[in-house]
Amino acid sequence: MLVPIHKAIEDINRKERGRILAALISHLKDFELAEDSLQDALIEALQAWPAKGLPDNPAAWLIQTASRKAIDKIRRNTNFAEKQKQLQLIAELEQYGASNEMDNSIPDERLRLIFTCCHPALKENIRVALTLQTLGGLTTSEIARAFLIPEPTMAQRIVRAKRKIKVANIPYRIPDESLWKERLTSVLTVIYFIFNEGYSSLEGESLLRKELIHEAIRLARMLKDLIPHEQEISGLLALMLLHDSRSDARVAKDGSLITLENQDRTSWNRLQIDEGISLLLSAMAKGNIGVYQIQAAISAIHAQASSYSETNWQEITLLYEKLYALQPNPIYRLNACVALSMFKGPEQGLSALNILQAHGVLETYQPFYVVKAELLRKIYKTDDAKKAYKKAIALTNNEIEKKHLIIRSESLY
Amino acid sequence: MQYLLLIYNAESASPKPGTDEFGKLLAGYTAFTEEVQSKNIMLGANALQPLSTATTVKVRNGKTECIDGPFAETKEALGGYYLLDVETLDEAIEYAAKIPTAEFGSIEIRPIMVWDK
Repeated sequence: MLVPIHKAIEDINRKERGRILAALISHLKDFELAEDSLQDALIEALQAWPAKGLPDNPAAWLIQTASRKAIDKIRRNTNFAEKQKQLQLIAELEQYGASNEMDNSIPDERLRLIFTCCHPALKENIRVALTLQTLGGLTTSEIARAFLIPEPTMAQRIVRAKRKIKVANIPYRIPDESLWKERLTSVLTVIYFIFNEGYSSLEGESLLRKELIHEAIRLARMLKDLIPHEQEISGLLALMLLHDSRSDARVAKDGSLITLENQDRTSWNRLQIDEGISLLLSAMAKGNIGVYQIQAAISAIHAQASSYSETNWQEITLLYEKLYALQPNPIYRLNACVALSMFKGPEQGLSALNILQAHGVLETYQPFYVVKAELLRKIYKTDDAKKAYKKAIALTNNEIEKKHLIIRSESLY
Repeated sequence: MQYLLLIYNAESASPKPGTDEFGKLLAGYTAFTEEVQSKNIMLGANALQPLSTATTVKVRNGKTECIDGPFAETKEALGGYYLLDVETLDEAIEYAAKIPTAEFGSIEIRPIMVWDK
């Protein structure tokens, strides 16, 4: 045999787990029962397949077998009242298991699954873990390691979340129109969080961080296939592809971070950039531009620029202002000032900063003073720059960054 | 599925009787109660007497201990509840958001335990 059976089973579990689980939960209405039954089915596959060979449709085989396992589990349940309730379910399951349609198509229930996993009644970090564990190909142990949390803690969180879904009856359905926007935002936030966890932190195992990036991109692709009309999904997918195109260029050999300005642009992943840009263009052509599309557009401008100074900073300034109008996060304002200083000079950047300061919105915002210090430094206003560094240092909790700022400040004469 | 919607707010932040705000609050509650009654999903509801009337009971080593006051001394206290029968948590959340106090207090949703016979 070319491929050992256990390897084939592992592959199927990794690639099709989301679909299989989604279908099972849809019938069993119970996360834990679905997972336990799938586990049993996998064990049976391990015994049956080497003798009989791989079934034509392994995923369908696993769903059928898991359904049978679930029926056994329900029958064995000594709790009579619950059993009564589940008799109906058993009848449905038996019919489901016997139907021949199974071989041709498994209805794709993954959308219902992702909306349940990202339900606002669950804590955000739980939504992330649950999505990765059910729809992603990651095991609980891998998720725990990726988030630097002890495995038993992560396992317990996931179990508790699944119980809450069951006990509080969090619906397993695609939200209707009145909830659509809010719930889709929650799903996109979870996917982007997974991506950023892999992209921004330099701590932890690098292979796992790459895995998180790939999972996030894979989930966004899945979502795009299932909901083709939502442009923000394309926007998010484009944004992640564009950011990730620079993944290799942004880490030095010693593991430190290389800023955009100093990256070797020839090592950016052109294929990914092309895909990101074409996705973004077709999304934006439909109007209705959202925050992910705008962020992707900014990333696309960087991707197309031949160097940091040759970047279309004017366009970037406008995009950050647009972003701030949609989502008033002070970092967008600040980035608009930085971009402005790149094409109009540091003085213009500083006067934009002063206007912001006059409005008082950024009084205790650490990045504001970092930007101010760097701009003052460029025009040789050493004393003022030192004052801004001092303020920034006082507002910094991160020791590494504090050290970096102190060195910057002391290098001024 | 039955859900208990618990209404929490800070007594000091509640509108005082006789003010316009109080009138609006009362009208809001009347409208909400009528809505859930007319939909036949309301199983029960009550407003509670103020926090100062609360007693917390616990039994330790067979001895009953009473504490003058609510379970946890926080600013926001349980002020009342609705017991609703709706399909899923989504509907419960939808109704919780319609309770007038949700605008200045909080509503806690607790699924009702179903006991085996």
